[in-house]
Amino acid sequence: MKLKYFSAPYLVWMVVFIVVPLLMIGFFAFTNEDGQFTMKYISDVGQYANIFVRSIWLSLIATAICLVIAYPVAFILSRMEKHKQGTMLMIVMLPMWMNFLLRTYAWMTLLGNNGIINHLLGMVGLGPFKLINTSGAVVLGMVYNYLPFMILPLYSVMEKIDNSMFEAAEDLGCSYFQTLFRVIVPLSVPGITSGITMVFVPAISTFIISRMLGGGSNLLIGDLIEMQFLGNAYNPHLGAAISLVLMVIILVIMTVMNQFDPDDQVLM
Amino acid sequence: MENIVSLKNIIVEFEDGEQILKNISLDIKDKEFVTFLGPSGCGKTTTLRIIAGFLEPKSGDVIFDGKRINDVPPHKRNVNTVFQRYALFPHLNVYENIAFGLRVKKVPEKEIVRRVGEMLELVNLMGYEKRTVNRLSGGQQQRVAIARALVNHPKVLLLDEPLGALDLKLRKEMQIELRKIQQELELTFVYVTHDQEEALTMSDSIVVMNNGSIQQIGSPTDIYNEPVNAFVADFIGESNILNGSMLRDCLVEFNGRQFECVDKGFGKNETVDVVIRPEDVKIVPAASAKLTGIVESVVFKGVHYEMIIDGVDHKWTVHSTKAEAAGTMVGLAFDPFDIHIMKKSEE
Repeated sequence: MKLKYFSAPYLVWMVVFIVVPLLMIGFFAFTNEDGQFTMKYISDVGQYANIFVRSIWLSLIATAICLVIAYPVAFILSRMEKHKQGTMLMIVMLPMWMNFLLRTYAWMTLLGNNGIINHLLGMVGLGPFKLINTSGAVVLGMVYNYLPFMILPLYSVMEKIDNSMFEAAEDLGCSYFQTLFRVIVPLSVPGITSGITMVFVPAISTFIISRMLGGGSNLLIGDLIEMQFLGNAYNPHLGAAISLVLMVIILVIMTVMNQFDPDDQVLM
Repeated sequence: MENIVSLKNIIVEFEDGEQILKNISLDIKDKEFVTFLGPSGCGKTTTLRIIAGFLEPKSGDVIFDGKRINDVPPHKRNVNTVFQRYALFPHLNVYENIAFGLRVKKVPEKEIVRRVGEMLELVNLMGYEKRTVNRLSGGQQQRVAIARALVNHPKVLLLDEPLGALDLKLRKEMQIELRKIQQELELTFVYVTHDQEEALTMSDSIVVMNNGSIQQIGSPTDIYNEPVNAFVADFIGESNILNGSMLRDCLVEFNGRQFECVDKGFGKNETVDVVIRPEDVKIVPAASAKLTGIVESVVFKGVHYEMIIDGVDHKWTVHSTKAEAAGTMVGLAFDPFDIHIMKKSEE
């Protein structure tokens, strides 16, 4: 019974820093400057439907690319000899040790019109191509920054799959690829769903990546929210309303994801 | 009966050159229950994995049904395996686990229903179709593993210590059940175990292995009554093993005394292993005995008492239905045909 009191600090923490802010967001979203109830800002969110669609679309593409790249990487990693896995895992994590801004900034210089890539292409008589300030650059930035978040959960699930699973499947008539699709993929579903969550959620609400790599024409929800609080458009009520809608969209998408996970272990 | 599996001069090595199987050859007859028996690390599981195809020998031939199958991958071999820890698929329920092999082979749905049904009946798991395998007891998982393998109608079923994780009572039941299944379906079973009693109970023939080589192949009675060397004698049941020397045909000396025996054909004064089963040692009055000893301990084992008797050069293990009090001086005697003389093994 005494143990209950130890949880008190966490309870206080959660109330002060999670529940109260959420309530405040809700309050701001449904009130105007004078503190009176209004649906105005919630309905105003509709004006930005195109930005919502673009955000969802670009983060979905980035998540899909992450999954396609991370799956084989995580699989190969998980089948390596144990002592090599640690080293390889560190290499995967290495970019995360560098500051997020700096990493993204580096891509600006790489992708710029006079950047390194165009420079190199120019030497063989190609280009210059418009690389920076495109939606492709935004997706690239998302994939680059969030890839480890896809690899890690996949790896941790796959690493627990015993080698006897491969032998059992082979024994029962599966070729190597049949084994992958009939046994390994189904067994790694929890890793897939949490990987998708861990990439999609930060990707859909990012604003730095789109700001730095997307230019003015690839505004995302994150940018929109930021402008309402810190930018010229200062309007915390609209910002709160957009945040609230975004949260609902993420919740809906995650609930749908939950249906694919047999263990209901999706991180939310 | 024809040979279904033959191994010819199989050698398996670790990367560092250590040999796991040292030139093994053996024939497995069709419809036979064969057991590979030996202590852990003797190479019995390795031999099984070679038949299954998970391991390729460094040299030697694996013959299956008259054809060399060294290069045939496991999924194309007509054998199925029951794995040591069952290796059931946790994402599938009982029914789908059993149906797995048939689905891979694209067997029509109607036939899958029929064959899985047959298997559920065979292993007594009707009504468990929808259960996830994680919610089954060890014995039930075992049955699913057997059904999952047998549903494919393999010519040979390989079982890798399948009962090791079960408790004694369940293990005994499963032993009898497995034997029954094997006889009903008229299949070849190749069974790996380190439990000599299990091997004696179930097998038509036993392959005793040690240190990567075969020690003896024979029926359970042969192996028990006529072990070819001290290792087999010791591994199959308990034994008193003594150093002795053959004075001439039918006369052996050990513990400084001479005894009549029935073995012939050894060199004069050749040193040999003398093996006497604990149940063949007779306790006689000390005064009239060639060998004497002091009873060190008495343990009740159910059917018999196990006594440790401290003789001059050897501590005797003796099984008798009558107990002698600890500390008593007793005499030991043997019938000539109970004294087994064996050539010294090279190791």
